[in-house]
Amino acid sequence: MNEPNARKTVFQFGYRRCKDQDAPSPVRRPVVIVGAGPVGLTAAIDLAQRGIPAVILDDADRIGEGSRAICFSKRSLEIMGRLGLGDRLVEKGVTWKLGKVFLGEHQVYSFDLLPEAGHRMPAFINLQQYYLEGYLVDRAAELPAIDLRWRNRVAGVENHDGFVRLTIETPEGRYQLDADWCLACDGARSAVRDFLGLQFVGHTFEERFLIADVKMSAEYPTERWFWFDPPFHSGQSALLHRQPDNVWRIDLQLGPDADPEEEKKPERVLPRLKRMLGERQFELEWVSVYRFNCARLAKFVHGRVVFVGDSAHQVSPFGARGANSGIQDAENLVWKLALVLNGQAPESLIESYDLERGQAADENIGHSTRSTDFIAPRTNPERVLRNAVLELAPHAAFARRMVNSGRLSVASRYDTPLSSPDRETFAGSARLGLPVPDAPLADRNGKQHFLLETLSDQFELLYVKNGARPNVPDGIRLKVIGEDFLDPQGAFAERFDATPGAAYLLRPDHHLCARMRVYDGGRVREALARAKGLLT
Amino acid sequence: MTALRTEPAFADPDAAYAALVAAHRGATEVESAALNARLVLILSNHIGDIGVLREAIRLAQTAGGGRLGPRDAV
Repeated sequence: MNEPNARKTVFQFGYRRCKDQDAPSPVRRPVVIVGAGPVGLTAAIDLAQRGIPAVILDDADRIGEGSRAICFSKRSLEIMGRLGLGDRLVEKGVTWKLGKVFLGEHQVYSFDLLPEAGHRMPAFINLQQYYLEGYLVDRAAELPAIDLRWRNRVAGVENHDGFVRLTIETPEGRYQLDADWCLACDGARSAVRDFLGLQFVGHTFEERFLIADVKMSAEYPTERWFWFDPPFHSGQSALLHRQPDNVWRIDLQLGPDADPEEEKKPERVLPRLKRMLGERQFELEWVSVYRFNCARLAKFVHGRVVFVGDSAHQVSPFGARGANSGIQDAENLVWKLALVLNGQAPESLIESYDLERGQAADENIGHSTRSTDFIAPRTNPERVLRNAVLELAPHAAFARRMVNSGRLSVASRYDTPLSSPDRETFAGSARLGLPVPDAPLADRNGKQHFLLETLSDQFELLYVKNGARPNVPDGIRLKVIGEDFLDPQGAFAERFDATPGAAYLLRPDHHLCARMRVYDGGRVREALARAKGLLT
Repeated sequence: MTALRTEPAFADPDAAYAALVAAHRGATEVESAALNARLVLILSNHIGDIGVLREAIRLAQTAGGGRLGPRDAV
């Protein structure tokens, strides 16, 4: 997004001098993360849980107001669960899975993002970004391996052979810090990207959107509501989301010629909101006017600098593919980085982050571009076609399916050399390259669990009981379904197309990388080596 | 994958052409463009094959004098 406005502080932190500032020569750290936003904090917590110390540098010392990213996906929540804050987020957040799309006052389309039961996490929660960041900072504070340095602004980046030298500006002057690996998690206007002289290539949409946080009591159901051409905002579109604390997020399309400074003024904003909200009392908490970009770096890995999140790729918000993809980026990178730093995988494994998350970025850019173009057609001929879809929608199901107000973020599936191709056929929803589906399980005492929360952050083999427990190779944790955990509802069997003796190898990020009908130690050993990048 | 049919498919092609002409009778240019857009969507969905659709688009662009060449769809 181009134009954040001045924000009030929600959480305040402070600058503290660190020992590295007094060292006679630059101290070397294994990982330095630039940016303490959702992506940098996620990466740091995951690294710390894997025993890797991380320094985080942030040029600010506060978490500001403004809801910003609010829709956090099931996959993000599953990742947050592994990092120890899933429950806190779901507790505070507003859970939703249904969406409705209106043309004028009439509903033309609805969708259910999680029609299937038996999953721990909901399809989505809405939660202001400042809460997510605040909770991530709280979690980071529990981990001594994380050194979070506020008011440390990166003023220079030099990529050397085998390390990165950072020049850092603080209220007490400059110092230098060396990192084996530098994670650039510093957002859409990444300073690290600029210092390395890298091009962020993409498209800026001309259309302007007004985004507002409005505090009010309202009885709208907890659903994502999107309007094309509503009576309260003729010829344009509108989006409504519930957030915690009786705060509602409203997006109003303004057209390409809107003047951002004028439109942010209360005398412009309040009448628009009154037209939408009628007689309801409301308070305007935050407002901003944005244009959106879809853009990406050609490569996300440059020497020992790795770009993660919006610094690597940017999307328009329809579909909630911004923060959610950054969180998945961090998850994809960190287990690989930990293996490399521990000498258990070659440095070339980091290339697979570029490959896999590059695929995800292309998919996210593709979807969010299509959605934005449908909402704001670029030319008159495009508008004619878009309107044709809307006109047909009340009359034909195919047209309803074409109405595109946003295709919401789902877990990424990787077409990757780290996966071992299937040699047998498997039905069900589990697929190579996808995170394994969640499933309700019972332990031997009959207590209910969900599969994903039982998984560690190491390689895991799920084996469907058929006689003796297999001897799995070192570095793999074994879980026997039918012994360690039971599948009373048959959900595991259905989702994994499980038969006795079948084995499923999961990466540390829970993406499925190999499976077989009959456990075979040799195949598993090979699949493990392949997943660590040892076979290229 | 099915290929685009360019051999005559209607039993009475003149009747098919006449139906299209009649559909536009009395329409302004703007109304015609909107009608054509809706018709394209309806008929595309009926075909339901992305390969056939892409071939049809290529033929339509070529037959129009080639100024509008193939573009990478996003």
